[in-house]
Amino acid sequence: MIAVIDYGVGNLFSLCASLSYLNIDSVVTNDISVLEKADKIILPGVGAFGDAYMMLEKTGLIPFLKTTKKPVLGICLGMQLLFDKSYEYGEHNGLGIIKGIIYPIKEDVCKDLKIPHMGWNSLTFKKESKLFKYVTEGSYVYYVHSFYAKDCSESIIATSDYGTEITGAVECNNYYGTQFHPEKSGKTGLSILKAFSEL
Amino acid sequence: MLAKRIIPCLDVRGNKVVKGVNFEGIKDVNDPVTLAEFYNEAGADELVFYDITASFEERELFTDILKKVAQKIFIPLTVGGGINTLDDFDRVLKAGADKVSVNSGAIRNPDLIDKAAKKYGNQCVVLSMDVKRVDGKFTVFSKGGRENTGIDAISWAIEGEKRGAGELVLNSIDTDGIKQGFDLEMLDAICNVTNIPVIASGGAGCADDFVKLFKTIKNVDAGLAASIFHFKQLEIMDLKRLLSENGIPVRIK
Repeated sequence: MIAVIDYGVGNLFSLCASLSYLNIDSVVTNDISVLEKADKIILPGVGAFGDAYMMLEKTGLIPFLKTTKKPVLGICLGMQLLFDKSYEYGEHNGLGIIKGIIYPIKEDVCKDLKIPHMGWNSLTFKKESKLFKYVTEGSYVYYVHSFYAKDCSESIIATSDYGTEITGAVECNNYYGTQFHPEKSGKTGLSILKAFSEL
Repeated sequence: MLAKRIIPCLDVRGNKVVKGVNFEGIKDVNDPVTLAEFYNEAGADELVFYDITASFEERELFTDILKKVAQKIFIPLTVGGGINTLDDFDRVLKAGADKVSVNSGAIRNPDLIDKAAKKYGNQCVVLSMDVKRVDGKFTVFSKGGRENTGIDAISWAIEGEKRGAGELVLNSIDTDGIKQGFDLEMLDAICNVTNIPVIASGGAGCADDFVKLFKTIKNVDAGLAASIFHFKQLEIMDLKRLLSENGIPVRIK
């Protein structure tokens, strides 16, 4: 069973619908005893980094998240939270599970490019990962974000090109993250969620 | 590279798609779920559901249908039509919409854009504009294009972006339904003053119109159409292959 962490950030409708479409048993929870029984964990999230970190802190789940050996998948802001630090409206500490920082895209690309980076972009693989066992390189995934992970070359497994190399997906030990939304990325996204459920 | 998006638009009343849909091989062509699945398979990058409901009961049917679509289709869904309050945003977002498009509701109450952007994020708020030339000036029309608001389209687009809209749908009343191509002049004028994604709408009559659109107006991110797809005059994958041959990035796999 996959536990989807509910910490009051973002809409979980599509994520839960896609898991149920794939016949993957899932539960939305912030209860530690449920998380301890789950096989895998998804940390979703949409919104601002600082607020989201505070909301996550309130659940009391941070010590568990930092020490668990179960596979964890962070999606979008959920992925960003796994990193050391974010520079979204100030400076905020993250979970420090994956080395790297979250930085405004607009600082690193030419002014003509629109922010947020929104739409379908293709994946370039950087490392082999079980997350992509059903996905071929060049497949398109759906992004909506204005900040991105950088200084994290050791953990990058895929990138997309948007004026600069955007970190698309990361892997570090039992922690995985996608900047894009697998639950909105059509068949490619579904097959990434399926691969995660089979880890 | 970011792909240019191709977006079919479905007008839904209650739980039925209206406007002639003429598909062979699909039994219930009026069923939004069946059509959404069809377009998803056909390679649509996003779907727009336009709610043309007239009563409270129909609106509930629409919301239920949206939920059913969102349980089967995992691409971005935009919902428009009858969005006047934050409660309307809430209702459709909880039913699985990813983006909400406002039109007349934002003209009546521009603060709706600010409030929705603050609550749900800019990426969630789409400002849809029906634009028509009046005495040579691009002018915003409301109520489905029936009422001249007298508002200058270029300033409304700039104001919409400032207030927090994350995307613009620019529908040309002058070219809509004529099938002679998109309104490149209007699109160019507005793209030049905004820096958020723009979806072009109104006038697509053939695949070449999309090629022309993306080649001429570099800042346009997506092309939206209804009847050309509904009547199968154009298959989305054929269109995407043609765009790709013309050097325009599209999502083919």
